[in-house]
Amino acid sequence: MKDDRQMELTFREALNQAISEEMESDDSVFVVGEEVAQYQGAYKVTQGLLQKFGPQRVLDAPISESGFTGLGVGAAMAGLRPIVEVMTFNFSLVAFDQIINNAAKMRHMSGGQLKVPMVIRGPNGPAHQLAATHSQALESLFAHVPGLKVVLPGTPKDAKGLLKSAIRDDNPVIFMESEVMYGLKGEVPEGEYTIPLGKTDIKREGKDVTIVAYAKMLGLVMKAAETLAKDGIEAEIVDPMTVRPLDDGPIIESVKKTNRCVVVTESWPFASVGSEIAFKVSSKAFDYLDAPVELVSSEDVPMPYSKTLEHEVQPTAEKVVDAVSRVLYKK
Amino acid sequence: MSDYAVETNKSKAPRQASKEEYLSLGRNKLMEMFHTMVLIRRFEETAAKMYSMQKIGGFLHLYIGQEAVAVGSMAAITQDDYIITAYRDHGHAIARGTDPKLLMAELFGKYTGTSKGKGGSMHFFDAERNMMGGHAIVGAQVPLGTGIAFKIKYRKEDRVCLTYLGDAAMNQGAFHEALNLAALWKLPVVYIVENNMYGMGTAVDRASAVTELYKRGCSYGIEGMIADGMNVFSVYDAVKEAAKKARELNLPTLLEVRTYRYRGHSMSDPDSVYRTKQEVEEEKQRDPIEQMKRFLLSERIATQKEIDDTDAGIKKVMAEAVEFAENSPIPPRESMYDDIYV
Repeated sequence: MKDDRQMELTFREALNQAISEEMESDDSVFVVGEEVAQYQGAYKVTQGLLQKFGPQRVLDAPISESGFTGLGVGAAMAGLRPIVEVMTFNFSLVAFDQIINNAAKMRHMSGGQLKVPMVIRGPNGPAHQLAATHSQALESLFAHVPGLKVVLPGTPKDAKGLLKSAIRDDNPVIFMESEVMYGLKGEVPEGEYTIPLGKTDIKREGKDVTIVAYAKMLGLVMKAAETLAKDGIEAEIVDPMTVRPLDDGPIIESVKKTNRCVVVTESWPFASVGSEIAFKVSSKAFDYLDAPVELVSSEDVPMPYSKTLEHEVQPTAEKVVDAVSRVLYKK
Repeated sequence: MSDYAVETNKSKAPRQASKEEYLSLGRNKLMEMFHTMVLIRRFEETAAKMYSMQKIGGFLHLYIGQEAVAVGSMAAITQDDYIITAYRDHGHAIARGTDPKLLMAELFGKYTGTSKGKGGSMHFFDAERNMMGGHAIVGAQVPLGTGIAFKIKYRKEDRVCLTYLGDAAMNQGAFHEALNLAALWKLPVVYIVENNMYGMGTAVDRASAVTELYKRGCSYGIEGMIADGMNVFSVYDAVKEAAKKARELNLPTLLEVRTYRYRGHSMSDPDSVYRTKQEVEEEKQRDPIEQMKRFLLSERIATQKEIDDTDAGIKKVMAEAVEFAENSPIPPRESMYDDIYV
């Protein structure tokens, strides 16, 4: 019998459950990162794991991202399933060589002899007034690289189901969360479930415009959709959840129905996941489009510290509503 | 340069075994070690020739002169142990037992190669033999080898991971981060620094503030050792001792092996700009294969005829390897999409 009971969990708790359940069922899974054990996680995602699984499987690493990420890659090559937590993805830049040159290419360069089943996870994108080095949505950098999978959940339910799949996946998976979403609550199934990587989900049905958004932007576009609904505009919200490999089929199908498309991402606009999706829609649904595709992204600037400027740099529900008005020629 | 580092680090030369102990390795093993060293040299000479005939592209970094390092170190461990190295990796793959035919085919970019023509000279892998790759970003393999050692400890296995690197890799951050982790978490890894005196064209003393490289583990409390990389037994002794310490005590070692590459950094290297012909000729006087040959002859383990037969046999192996590579198919177009994801 299908267990469809639900419970309310925060994003943080959902991630924690995913890790804990996978560690219980597979002893090759371990967690390594800064402050993940004794401190219970810089953002408390790994809370309680040290007590449950012990210091052999939950390891506090020194601040040396290149070292412990590379150690994770090596351990994965030899058969373990590391979950490497980066305190934020800003710090993963220090480990870029290990991720891009080692994790992503090992299978290819060994002619299929080796695999790298690992998850690199942590928060991505701006939080609150942390300025340029600590406020970057970096998914486009990772999504550029063949060999990596890149996952950005937008709800607690998706977070748990996708993280479980990511841990079981035999490829290196970049799993991006957000500081400002960890407290976000949502319904999560009580029973065991997973959500497959590389599958796009329709989060809201509508006939007038397709809005593509993922991760933190999902909540923002849901808000925009409510505003639009008051004016009688029904937005269809499409959430790819995994941006590499991108399941563009449902996006294209949606645009064929609505004939209009707005893509919303937190990252910079240039050579981004957002511009890639806009390109896919423009080329694959060209004959169905009644207006050019709109891209709502962060401004093309490093993040300023000042609160007002920080807000203005990022996408807002108002900017999304404006973009929808433009593709509907209402502005 | 203060000796403080040495005192606190207890860096030292390995115990020098006696001639009797080397002889106790047995004739078969000694002859096999000699055979493998010659095999590596002939493979490299053949590769150089094929490169000049444009059968091989890209970069080609030859191991000639350093044969005793791969052979001596791998003679001191078992096939169950892991090894991982940098891009000058032909010697390691051959010493591990990978078929030279498959390696030559990889150099030729053929579908029958070890990586189906996707890796080339710098990326030899043989997972079946726990040869975890040649890695081409300087120093990037050091955290990988440390991670493999982490797995050994995690699974409580009786194994060790030999992690080879060049002298220049010691100046990379990845090296230091990895050593700190290995010492902090007590991992069964032996770092083997093949100090061939030059990082590309830059001499060690122009790149490293401390030129006695074995001392550079001291800030992590990692014991340093030194071995003569032109003498296969010296390398063997050192690795035997370091591997034992890794297995029994989960303690890493930083082993500096002083060796010398006779050829340039790669095939395109005009080595006359950074070293003299005279220096190269002097180093050749310590040739590892000649030293081993003298040992085998003087101890009456092999006759001159047996030595000559070894060479003749290897010549045949090389001819077969080239023929195999030559006649192998190029990778089919569709194969470019293979092995990117599992």
